[in-house]
Amino acid sequence: MNRLLRSNEVLVAVTIVGLCLIVGISNPVFFTVGNIFDLMRSSIVMGIFAMGVLIVIVSGGIDVSFTAIAVFALYSTVRLLNAYAPEAPFWLAFVIAGAIGFGLGMINAFFIARFNLPTLIVTLGTMSMFHGFLLFAIGNTIVRDLPPSLTAFSRATLVQVQMERGVANLHPAIFFTAVIAVLVWLLMDFTMLGRGVYALGGARDAAERAGFNIRRIQYFIYGLVGLLSGFGGMIYGSLNRQANPQDIVGSELNVIAAVVLGGASLTGGRGTVIGSLLGVALVVIANNSLILIGVPSVWQRVVIGLIILVGTGVPAIQERRARRRTGGSASGPTQPLQAAPAAD
Amino acid sequence: MEQTAKRKTFAGFARGDSHILRLLAIAILIFIAFSFLLPGKFFTIRNMQSMAVQFPEFGILAFAILITMLTGGIDLSIVGTANLSAIFAALILTRLGGDGAPASPAVVALAILAAPVVGSLCGLLNGLLVARVGITPILATLGTGSLFTGLSYVITGGPAITTTQLAFIGNGSVLGIPIPVIVFAALVVFFSVTLNRTAYGFNVYMLGTNATAARFSGINTTRVLLRTYWLAGLVASIAGVIFLARANSAKPDYGASFVLLTVLIAILGGVSYTGGSGSVSGLVLAVLCLQFLSTGLNMLMLELSGSSAAIFFRQFAWGALLLLVMALNYYSQKRRERNRAPSQEATPAA
Amino acid sequence: MSDEIIRLTGIYKSFAGVRALIDVDLTIERSRIHCLVGENGCGKSTLIKIISGVYTRDAGRVVINGKEFDELHPITSIREGIQVIYQDFSLFPNLTVAENIALNEQLAEGRRLVNWREVRRIAQEALARIEVDIPLNARVEDVSVANKQLIAIAKALRQNAQLIIMDEPTSALTEREVRALFSVIRRLQQTGIAFLFVSHKLNEVLEISETIAVMRNGRIVSVGDRSEYDTERLTFEMTGQKIAERNYEFTPDVGAPALLRVEGLNAGAALRDVSLEVRAGEIVGVTGLLGSGRTELALALFGLLTVDSGDIYVENKPVRIRSVQDAIAHGIGYVPEDRLTEGLFLEQSIGRNVVVRTVERLRGALGFTDLQKMDAQVKEWVGSLRIKTGNPDLPAKTLSGGNQQRVVLAKWLASNPRILILNGPTVGVDVGSKNELHEMIKRLAGEGMGLLVISDDIPELLQTCNRILLLRHGRIVEEIMPPQTDANELAAKLVEG
Repeated sequence: MNRLLRSNEVLVAVTIVGLCLIVGISNPVFFTVGNIFDLMRSSIVMGIFAMGVLIVIVSGGIDVSFTAIAVFALYSTVRLLNAYAPEAPFWLAFVIAGAIGFGLGMINAFFIARFNLPTLIVTLGTMSMFHGFLLFAIGNTIVRDLPPSLTAFSRATLVQVQMERGVANLHPAIFFTAVIAVLVWLLMDFTMLGRGVYALGGARDAAERAGFNIRRIQYFIYGLVGLLSGFGGMIYGSLNRQANPQDIVGSELNVIAAVVLGGASLTGGRGTVIGSLLGVALVVIANNSLILIGVPSVWQRVVIGLIILVGTGVPAIQERRARRRTGGSASGPTQPLQAAPAAD
Repeated sequence: MEQTAKRKTFAGFARGDSHILRLLAIAILIFIAFSFLLPGKFFTIRNMQSMAVQFPEFGILAFAILITMLTGGIDLSIVGTANLSAIFAALILTRLGGDGAPASPAVVALAILAAPVVGSLCGLLNGLLVARVGITPILATLGTGSLFTGLSYVITGGPAITTTQLAFIGNGSVLGIPIPVIVFAALVVFFSVTLNRTAYGFNVYMLGTNATAARFSGINTTRVLLRTYWLAGLVASIAGVIFLARANSAKPDYGASFVLLTVLIAILGGVSYTGGSGSVSGLVLAVLCLQFLSTGLNMLMLELSGSSAAIFFRQFAWGALLLLVMALNYYSQKRRERNRAPSQEATPAA
Repeated sequence: MSDEIIRLTGIYKSFAGVRALIDVDLTIERSRIHCLVGENGCGKSTLIKIISGVYTRDAGRVVINGKEFDELHPITSIREGIQVIYQDFSLFPNLTVAENIALNEQLAEGRRLVNWREVRRIAQEALARIEVDIPLNARVEDVSVANKQLIAIAKALRQNAQLIIMDEPTSALTEREVRALFSVIRRLQQTGIAFLFVSHKLNEVLEISETIAVMRNGRIVSVGDRSEYDTERLTFEMTGQKIAERNYEFTPDVGAPALLRVEGLNAGAALRDVSLEVRAGEIVGVTGLLGSGRTELALALFGLLTVDSGDIYVENKPVRIRSVQDAIAHGIGYVPEDRLTEGLFLEQSIGRNVVVRTVERLRGALGFTDLQKMDAQVKEWVGSLRIKTGNPDLPAKTLSGGNQQRVVLAKWLASNPRILILNGPTVGVDVGSKNELHEMIKRLAGEGMGLLVISDDIPELLQTCNRILLLRHGRIVEEIMPPQTDANELAAKLVEG
């Protein structure tokens, strides 16, 4: 199984390389520094979101409210700072957005942990709640003047490369994504809490009996996802130099698609940071390269839909075949006696 | 005895009739409350008429969620299907119907028939992906939803296609009953009969309760699922025609909030999200509850704040209501369980 | 005195006014193998949950390791060295063997970080202690049931288990795996660990246990040394009545063609060149170890397993069975192995469970389902199979194991199959119901049905079948005639090779 999982990551990586070659050959612009920086820039926010979605999916849940949380955190933080502390440093914006995101995530956690409700339906509900509340109580107009520290942050560059026309910039926020990815990897693979998330997704009853505090894990998961969404939203707003309350919501599918493509299973217990990042890369490249190969951008949603269907369909067919060969779903693995101790 | 036994096995199913009665009480309560809160506004013939043409839009879509949820799945692509169907119908009307002048009945008929064909194809694709390929319904229909909406964008290039050719459906009525209401009523009858009095309906409930046992009992689960998602697509396309007829335009992003709303209706109506239980009567009452709430809240918000942001309040309210209903269901189930012995093993053998 | 791990005295427990435990006394001693037997619903599970601290008792004393506990929480129970291995083993299918063994221990130590080298070391030690070898990096979902059982034991030992309680430990194991399990248990017993087996497989209870306690209707009705019991006495204590079974005798009707004939069936590694015949009125037993192909044979005949080659004839006519629908069309029915997940719709009413096969035929005017006909059919089957229920509108989950199995049988009988395959027909069924089910099977054969009974319950095979086919590695290796074979002989044949 371990080998199979790894091979799934290899498969995604191979697909990415293949896609790059196809796009690169049909349009050499693809391999320019400018384009690669663009792709990386597009991956910054999605990568952060994907880390949150990964944790939820590993725990056996699904979260469709994280985009609403992100835009809620972004917009209300910007409004708050503009009104009371326009001179605030940019890190304060992130602290506030993170805190708001965390708070909203805890609302998700409350309904999921307290009432033991299905995560899809809860987060559908909170998505509507959060977004609706944002629009009717906080504001529904685009804010174009961000606090100066955020505007400055949006202009920051990590690497600058002189191009034929203008310069190509790589934004330092990519570090942010990288750091978060490493932290999530450490969390998931080297802490008991992370193992608890895998345990919860693998066998909930057993996790409970083993002494994991399921509710606490769920609060942690959805709180963390909220926090990451808050950060993601803030970066999104900074990079675009505006806070639009209608932004981000609607893109949740892209992120879920990326994580599922990266090998996470909606039934829970499976999924890795590397896989999810590869999934993000694949979705970003597919989305951003359509124009390069001459496909109008209106096809984007169609492509995302197809990626999801192919990415989930192929493993589903394989599993189904295997099951029919071994006889039904219920008889379980039949490899008896292999490692059983010698009798008598 | 004979009578009650029958009612239990058929009309109310597992949740029992108490849920339906409670819903009926809630609907009446909401209605009375708004009539008092909004004197001369809510309980008026005009408002009744306006509500009557509003609820069929999402009420019809709710049937698609009902049947897929009964099998233990869900169809998140219904709005995408509805819009794509509407766009095909609108295309036929604008391309073949000529401009301005009323189109010939043949073209109108063709347009109205094209929608269900598109919807059926969408539904069958979902059915194939769920039943034959074996993708989880959530993912399969998220994917096709994106696909259908994407195709709508590809076809229209973004903007809406406007046509008033179907206004006679949207605004028309027969014997004083608006046509959308008649369509909704026809679907109520169709689904009541299908779910309660046909082998297919029986199998839907059994499949939703335990898919493995259904397979081992000789139920052709592939066929039942195919038929269910096909029906869902068909129903969504009927809703699409109503969208077009009411709004006089078809666009790719119409009614995005309907997915949430219809899930809310299903949950409120007592449909179990794990499949296997739920009824048409519960669904209808939930649709009515939500229409009363929707209209009442809108009027109330307008009266109180007068701002256009009131429409966003509804979005908030739907989410909150969904969570509230599920939390209440949790408590009522807890209470039911407490009244029963904890498990069969715990009670001595009879 | 120090030999006692647990002493329970006068334990009472009720649920919503129903008494589940009545004045129960039970003592468990170190280094001893105890068995708790009783029919389903007698209170065994409740008693275990009292010991493990999951339920709080209404009255009575609990003394563990010499200390008296007024209130017993799950954590306390674990700290005192009591480990319960449930039927699902409480393992994580998505995690490795090593992590499964070490996880609880690391959690109990309150660790925050995972040391993977430590995890491996713990797992290696634990498996070495029970002297078994399971690949540490394998995912638990990929190992056999027997190995899962051993992993669960290894895990319990790592948590300083003094007493290991095993709930129906052998129900998913083959005879050979049971032997292997028993030898592990006996080894551990030498090191001072006590075991409490909860079981209703009488021959195994008699084989492994040293002290036996029998429960009936919430009371312990009999406690004693193993030597005081035999099958007959255990059956009597469990049911309160004496039951005697007779062999099934079959005289073939020479002229009639076989109802079912299978020739040279091959399916991957699961089935190899299987040929068999079932005549009207015959009860053919199929036995073999788990993985011998016994379940695969049933699935192949029922259209759920892809077959590579071979011919199937129903009443001499060649047929192709590629789906359940095909099988049913040829009059084949299948009562599956796992009643709860494959056989029943637990949340649906008993009545709907009974008519699920025939609802298509219960049509009235306009082709719609006729509810009156449906009620009548339900009533008929509830009556004729004596399904004990107050109301057939209640969900099937309210029934006891034996009655649930009758519902599954009724479902198939209602559709008049000519050939019925039963896989483990009395697994998890109490002794009284078991006997009645056997009589029912014989009666069906007597009425001209052909039955294929798949089982590894040796007395069951010998008492109900007129012929028994022995499967080994997917091949039929022997045909056994019950009157000429006794239980020990058959048991030996089952495990050999």
